[in-house]
Amino acid sequence: MPLADPPVLDTGNTAWLLASSALVLLMTPGLAFFYGGLNRSKSVLNMMMMSFSCIGLVSVLWLAYGFSFAFGTNSNANVNNVIGSWTQYLGNKTFATELWGTTGIPTYVVLAFQMMFAIITVALISGAISDRAKFSGWLLFAFGWFTIVYVPVAHSIWGGGWIGAHLGALDFAGGTAVHINAGSAALGLALVLGKRVGWKGGFKPHNVPFVALGAGLLWFGWFGFNAGSELTADNLTALAFVNTQVATAAGFLGWIIVEWLRRNGRPTMVGGSSGAVAGLVAITPACAYIAPYAATLLGLVAGAVCALAVSVKYKLGFDDSLDVVGVHFTGGWIGSLWIGLFGSGAISSYVKHDGLFYGGGVNQLGRQALASGLVSVFSFSVAWLIGTAIEKTIGFRATQEVEVDGIDVAEHAESAYEFAPTGGGGGGAFAMAGVGAPKPSTPAPAEEPVSEKVAG
Amino acid sequence: MKLVTAVIKPYQLDAVKEALHALGVAGLTVSEVQGYGRQKGHTEVYRGAEYTVEFLPKIRVEVVTDEIDVDKVVDAIVTAARTGKIGDGKVWVTPVEEVIRVRTGERGLDAL
Repeated sequence: MPLADPPVLDTGNTAWLLASSALVLLMTPGLAFFYGGLNRSKSVLNMMMMSFSCIGLVSVLWLAYGFSFAFGTNSNANVNNVIGSWTQYLGNKTFATELWGTTGIPTYVVLAFQMMFAIITVALISGAISDRAKFSGWLLFAFGWFTIVYVPVAHSIWGGGWIGAHLGALDFAGGTAVHINAGSAALGLALVLGKRVGWKGGFKPHNVPFVALGAGLLWFGWFGFNAGSELTADNLTALAFVNTQVATAAGFLGWIIVEWLRRNGRPTMVGGSSGAVAGLVAITPACAYIAPYAATLLGLVAGAVCALAVSVKYKLGFDDSLDVVGVHFTGGWIGSLWIGLFGSGAISSYVKHDGLFYGGGVNQLGRQALASGLVSVFSFSVAWLIGTAIEKTIGFRATQEVEVDGIDVAEHAESAYEFAPTGGGGGGAFAMAGVGAPKPSTPAPAEEPVSEKVAG
Repeated sequence: MKLVTAVIKPYQLDAVKEALHALGVAGLTVSEVQGYGRQKGHTEVYRGAEYTVEFLPKIRVEVVTDEIDVDKVVDAIVTAARTGKIGDGKVWVTPVEEVIRVRTGERGLDAL
């Protein structure tokens, strides 16, 4: 039998994944605008810095050890279930001529593509802790959670570890590895940091056009995220691309339909943007495994369910500031389970066990639930532990005075908007004091009154 | 002399300004203010959470005038600012002890 030809560089695949990597990078600035617009004006820069700082920090960590630990192969098969190679792709090595498997794509392109995933996954968490986290605490958390949670989870799902290779759970582009993972961590951190001063049901978004801009950038970049996850450019890339578009469009519709059906309800820009993101999140794990009609249904369901899920925090009384749990955790779970319902081997060669609606019973559904459950518990627990450790040592939560005045000036010595003729920053004393600020009239959870007095 | 103060709907400012101009009022001061009367505020909804915007944007118009003209000024403002809907605003009159023109030092009616 003749030996197979050694893989040669495939220019088409390589060009596609290079472009996809740049698309995925753009999602993180998009997230910064999405979160920044939803946030209050006095801490919008801190919010955006939490996203941008992940580009800075995680890129370096990924090159240094992240890629090797996540996508390298450990020589010990048992250890490889949990973590990749301690040495294979460390940052002190160069492997400029190596190709990735049979894809014909340089390993460096795969390293770069996966780097962008690690960046945005960590950045997603920051939406739960807006207005009140010390920046040093956030950076330390990002380092710890990236190392202890993201890298092993990515290895377990995509790098040859237990969830992907043995449990057989499917996660095409990161429903479990990215969104459930980040959403669970977000809940843990929101509990560690507690509610913002005066929180009785959230605060009004300060710049809705930013929210729309961010959602648009996310949507655009997400084609790289989902269709790029095929790595190569082929039929399943095309399927993932189309599914991403229709699920997101349906997510937009699903959310505004729920808004419209409420008593005196109106369809809103914030709602439509959030619905699009919910659709993107939900289609992420499933985009190359299901038919476009099922992707459309998925988006509709995810948009509608997430529109309802964001109200859960008011009932339970935790301050997940920008709904990372309501959108990413919830949407990630819906998308992950959808594979067990609508996944089909006839559509995608990756699917080994057809979904419930394709005659495969609950086999795959069970695998999906187990993988998502494991990651939920692991990420939530470790995030809570890291967050608590930071709070008890260097301190994670900013002081009340800083929080009321706006964390931008205290943590970064800059202010976002310069409208006041006296140059006193954009906030103004009334805005800082909350005078005339719209008050949420959503029923507040029973809680002890929070004093709004500051500094004695 | 009297100070006529009017709090009106932003959209009515042009009409009020034109009406005062037609009367021959030489100058006025406007400022952006926020407040509410019987119409109260309005409700906005973000991600299912309702927010009550209590204070609505209004414009405050201030005119200092001779006592003889005060009724004409008040009538002009009230007529121009009225839409007949709730939230049209208020006009009130207060006495003014003295007025000085900064440039020349003129006092009283000469300074108007």
